[in-house]
Amino acid sequence: MNLAIINFGSGNLHSVHKAFESVSSDLSNPYNIIVTNDPKEIQSADKIVLPGVGAFGDCKNAILNIEGLQASLEVSVIKNKVPFMGICVGMQLLADLSYEFGAHSGFGWIPGEVRRITSPKEYKIPHMGWNEITFSDHKLFDNCEQGSDFYFVHSFYFQNQKNEHSIATTKYPDQITAAVCKENICGTQFHPEKSHINGKKIIHNFLEWKP
Amino acid sequence: MLKKRIIPCLDVDNGRVVKGVNFIDLVDAGDPVEQAIIYNAEGADELCFLDITASSDNRDTLLEVVKKTAENCFIPLTVGGGVRNLDDISRLLHFGADKVSINTAAVDNIDLVAEAANKYGSSTIVIAVDAKETAENQWKVFTHGGRKETNIDVVTYCNEVAKLGAGEILLTSMDRDGTKSGFDNKLLKAVTSKVNVPVIASGGVGNLSHLLDGILEGGASALLAASIFHFGEYSIGEVKRYLADNNIPVRI
Repeated sequence: MNLAIINFGSGNLHSVHKAFESVSSDLSNPYNIIVTNDPKEIQSADKIVLPGVGAFGDCKNAILNIEGLQASLEVSVIKNKVPFMGICVGMQLLADLSYEFGAHSGFGWIPGEVRRITSPKEYKIPHMGWNEITFSDHKLFDNCEQGSDFYFVHSFYFQNQKNEHSIATTKYPDQITAAVCKENICGTQFHPEKSHINGKKIIHNFLEWKP
Repeated sequence: MLKKRIIPCLDVDNGRVVKGVNFIDLVDAGDPVEQAIIYNAEGADELCFLDITASSDNRDTLLEVVKKTAENCFIPLTVGGGVRNLDDISRLLHFGADKVSINTAAVDNIDLVAEAANKYGSSTIVIAVDAKETAENQWKVFTHGGRKETNIDVVTYCNEVAKLGAGEILLTSMDRDGTKSGFDNKLLKAVTSKVNVPVIASGGVGNLSHLLDGILEGGASALLAASIFHFGEYSIGEVKRYLADNNIPVRI
């Protein structure tokens, strides 16, 4: 089984790669984990992970600038229903639209918009650090405890059009989407690769996920 | 609720951990990767490496340390010290740092803050500020490891770098660093009350109540300490239990 981590130059690529490798190596059938931007390799992958840090528009442009990348993602994820996980901005890219530094269109795979967190002055932006989540019944949270802490760092959040697509939330101080899922497509606002043992559980569950 | 973060910091010279008193008189205290793995297991919320290697020829030793740490510790890792330009940042991120802290280079060239934040994201860019009280309730930015005074006001500077895209400020009191007499909470409060990005308090921790004061009096989002963890005076767990007993939200 191949797992492709999409390389479009995102800064956290190494961390994501190492974390998935570490969790996968404990499985009875470890994945062959490849870091790639080659459309052919992406289309032959059994699972796909899209990491992302930085501004939404920059990430989207970086993806568009790699010939065939977005098309290959569409084929794998939308047509062939390959399990997909977006992390942080990689998750926000699933939305229709983001308002970070102007309006930018996303993949439009999960309806909703990405907006700036509005919070009282004593709440610093970015929302940075460990915060607890409340999640609904989903494979991604197998063996996790309600209220466990995950590592967040973001100034914008995914406002889902349909509540059913938000499978976990956190509070800062208003409720913020912490994870999304629609069919074979999931994503986390927090960084599982930086969330220590809890994060490893999420990665493990994604590797075992059969949507 | 968002937790207050406890960040052990390791000063690294030629691939070895050291900790200075008032930035001088360094004492060798071990292997950074080994230390980082211990802190990770003890429940550190993040890790911080500060490279104090004098010669740039020897900087590659730090990259190996960063790489090995990132392969073993799945919590955020901030690396700073001698970061001059976008290439330095890129290299550290490539080897596994999650955030890079910039000090003197940001003072010398403030545009670097915006360039770095635009290229790598605000979440990746920490601006480290060495502050010294030069008149009552007035703090100036110092550079070059605290050796060089500038005429820049700390609060003004912190506001500026936050506007340019810094995701976080690592604020070190040079007056307190290594003294174990507590954070400079007046300095912290002056910055945290005016600046809208998270501030990491640094410099001066000697006991548990100092950490509590940094949050309650200083308004810090995170606390950085070196020697109290390093020489085994307190474990990360002890610190967190103490803060939790005092109603501070921490990750346990």
